[in-house]
Amino acid sequence: MKKDLLGIADLSGEEIYRILDTADAMREIGERPIKKVPTLRGKTIVNLFYEPSTRTRTSFEIAEKRLSADTLNIAVASSSVQKGETLADTAMNLEAMAPDMIVLRHACSGACHLLARICRSRIINAGDGMHEHPTQALLDAFTIRQHKQRLAGLKIAIVGDLLHSRVLRSNVLLLTKLGAEVCVCGPPTLVPPGIERLGVRVSIAVDEAVAGADVIMMLRIQQERMRGAFVPSLREYFHVFGMTAERVKRAKPDVIIMHPGPMNRGVEIASDVADGPYSVILEQVANGVAVRMAVLYLLAGGVEEGSHAEAAA
Amino acid sequence: MPVVMDAVRVARSLARIAHEILERNRGLEEIALVGIRSRGVPLARRLAAIVKEISGHEVPAGALDITLYRDDLMRHAIGAQPLVRSTDIPFSIDDKRILLVDDVLYTGRTIRAALDALIEFGRPKSIQLVVLVDRGHRELPIKADYIGKNLPTSPSESVQVHLTELDGRDEVEIEG
Repeated sequence: MKKDLLGIADLSGEEIYRILDTADAMREIGERPIKKVPTLRGKTIVNLFYEPSTRTRTSFEIAEKRLSADTLNIAVASSSVQKGETLADTAMNLEAMAPDMIVLRHACSGACHLLARICRSRIINAGDGMHEHPTQALLDAFTIRQHKQRLAGLKIAIVGDLLHSRVLRSNVLLLTKLGAEVCVCGPPTLVPPGIERLGVRVSIAVDEAVAGADVIMMLRIQQERMRGAFVPSLREYFHVFGMTAERVKRAKPDVIIMHPGPMNRGVEIASDVADGPYSVILEQVANGVAVRMAVLYLLAGGVEEGSHAEAAA
Repeated sequence: MPVVMDAVRVARSLARIAHEILERNRGLEEIALVGIRSRGVPLARRLAAIVKEISGHEVPAGALDITLYRDDLMRHAIGAQPLVRSTDIPFSIDDKRILLVDDVLYTGRTIRAALDALIEFGRPKSIQLVVLVDRGHRELPIKADYIGKNLPTSPSESVQVHLTELDGRDEVEIEG
């Protein structure tokens, strides 16, 4: 592994499979009476979250604790960021206390790359703006592989707010790297220009996008990131793009439905689909812990030759 | 490379160990085998099969991966982490007499890690150690209870155990 996990873009197919295989072994630890191994004893990990997060932050924290690391959570609402400190200054100050890893969630794309350049600590991207969310894509791939035993050749439809979604970018990079056939679908106002250059098919008709799909991945309408009117109304959005039981019927009979959360029930997904037999949404959450344990374990080891840390040393 | 045990000797050693296990452990319902990955696992399964053949009693066998308990993790600045494989102990080890199985006993560090790992699964009545080869050079106060072969070696040599399940043949070789 390289020094940091900044995005799926930096990972080779082989590294992705290594993370998924390691996560397979990590899953069993969560089923033990004592859910803890001593592997990261004495390692300090800072969870630095500049954006609200329940799932990802909790998931990282549980993963860190199961590996016996010492964890600190910094929620920006109660930190000196409120007093005007820049990200770089906050990072340098944290760095002075010598943590081994920093897990960063930030509203600006590329924030993790900045930190990776100035910090000796290993940086894990827990979501940067509209750019990448690599551990989410890895846990999605892990969940798909659990159900389908493979990733190559699968038909995967990703439906929703494509424009504002870092989950989309990380997933597209990962799935195309491993040979899946990806179709992305959303209202034209929410399709990022040039997305087809990442090797995906673009559709603006949800019925067509999900036809024959092995996997349907729903994305949240991210109103907090929208600057302007991208959809006429949420009711109309649900009418045209919402995942309903009727639409699910067009996919393969053994389709799985995924959602990275948090869900907007009745906006991108109908409640009976979210809670229905095809849904693996809660399995995704459970798998998130094992996948993050795998990433933490693999990153805690030696740095491969020629990667960033060595160049800096 | 000199072969120090061939398939026949491996089979005889395992048969003898199975008899010794039966002799020393009355109350077979209390015993369970746990193999250390990789090569302890097929050895544990074989011992379970031999014990069943002799006594008619089914002894459960599990697999233990000790990677996350190793004392040499994170000690190197360069190079990837060792591969973690799954642990699979599908029975309670509480109040059991556990027979921990590995292919080669050398420094004792793997066994130290295995003891730490095992104890997190419960409180066994006792833990005994079974190895196919004891090559000496202990770095920790650990000794085996059942030994297939005592093999005097120098630290520069390497002992390779090949098993049919993983390597296509049963053979113990010494290199170097």
